[in-house]
Amino acid sequence: MRPEIWQPLLLSLKVALWATGINLVLGVAVAYGLSRWRSRFNATVDAVLTLPLVLPPTVLGYYLLVLLGRRGVIGGWLDHLGLNPVFTWQGAVIAATLAAFPLVHKAARAAFEGVDPQLEDAGRVLGLKPFAVFVRVSLPLAMRGIVAGALLAFARALGEFGATLMIAGNLPGRTQTLSVAIYSAIEAGDDAGANLLVGVASVTCVVVLLVAGRLTRERTPRRAA
Amino acid sequence: MRLDVAIRRRLDDPQRPFALDVAFRSDAGRLVLFGPSGAGKSLTLRAIAGLLRPDAGHVTVAGRTLFDDVRGVDVPARDRQVGFVFQDYALFPHLTVAQNVAFGLKAGLRQPSRRRVPEAARQWLDAFEIGHLAGRYPSQLSGGQRQRVALARALAPEPRLLLLDEPFAALDTALRARLRDSLVALQERLGLQMVVITHDPADVEALARQVLHLRDGRVQDEPGAR
Repeated sequence: MRPEIWQPLLLSLKVALWATGINLVLGVAVAYGLSRWRSRFNATVDAVLTLPLVLPPTVLGYYLLVLLGRRGVIGGWLDHLGLNPVFTWQGAVIAATLAAFPLVHKAARAAFEGVDPQLEDAGRVLGLKPFAVFVRVSLPLAMRGIVAGALLAFARALGEFGATLMIAGNLPGRTQTLSVAIYSAIEAGDDAGANLLVGVASVTCVVVLLVAGRLTRERTPRRAA
Repeated sequence: MRLDVAIRRRLDDPQRPFALDVAFRSDAGRLVLFGPSGAGKSLTLRAIAGLLRPDAGHVTVAGRTLFDDVRGVDVPARDRQVGFVFQDYALFPHLTVAQNVAFGLKAGLRQPSRRRVPEAARQWLDAFEIGHLAGRYPSQLSGGQRQRVALARALAPEPRLLLLDEPFAALDTALRARLRDSLVALQERLGLQMVVITHDPADVEALARQVLHLRDGRVQDEPGAR
């Protein structure tokens, strides 16, 4: 296969895997915390965390540039450490992570809220510390929902375009992901290349959706009656 | 005095403000808290188990102070050695019967093994004649079987007090009568103090050595036995 096909595909897979992994930890932690936290700010926090889902990706990318650019709040500080995520594949990971975060968070939140609090109480009276209750009771019961959310997040991260283009740019072999490569191929009039890339992207997404559907449909977690 | 409870707790639910203010002491092997729903029975049980923090008062079980707001004592639920049989049994749906029974034997992060059943869990499975169900999941059990698994799970860590929240509510009438008798027999065999809450007078009749009537968050009559 031509390098201009597999390079963007591999990069996209790498970026999407990283973004999904980070979101699994971050999204699950935040979702669990918020599902146990009763406060009047709950709705506001929820809205802010869902924002990346509805904001135009270019707006997301702009925020990232303002924050992470050399003169940005976080970017300036990173620059002192010799780090600059702009125009790197790590920048693409940040963009994809942010764009896909709400998908994991929402799914995990719904899954945790579906766990019967009495089961967690049972864990506590049987001698478990809070983290053990999370690991042995809440997490396994919420697992199916979390995995389904993670697969959707993976697909979303794989297709990320707007924010990625703005923060990571379009450097072939370095930051040119699958979606960005498709755009470039069409711009350059390379129809054959574009067709191939579009085919690869479509097949990958269909596979992810099929797996996600299977996981959510299969026997839902058994509930005590 | 084996059980000594005096707790106050306000619940500021705007729809239904509620004040719990109960005090009782009991040496009875089987103490029944009897009253209509909303009387504060479950809240009292949860406060004894450490699942609800009282605003004030004290809880003493078998000479050990578990809660005392004046002395600043509040033992976490996990360290209270109080067994709890929940109303719908709250069996872990993702674990087998054997894993459920073994759940409280080790407190770490690891789930009990699916294959190797610890001796203590095996004993309780046999005692309740549910050994043949060890590999099943709670969803595959009948109501009576679930209750026995819940009892075995609560008793396996050797609690000093057993709390039962409406243990017969989920069962049909014929089964209820039989399981009441076996609960009495079990309590007498173990010599373990039990607190049962119910709204069913038949439970009081069959189980109670001492009965407390609860209404609107208060104990109606003075405890008889001291």
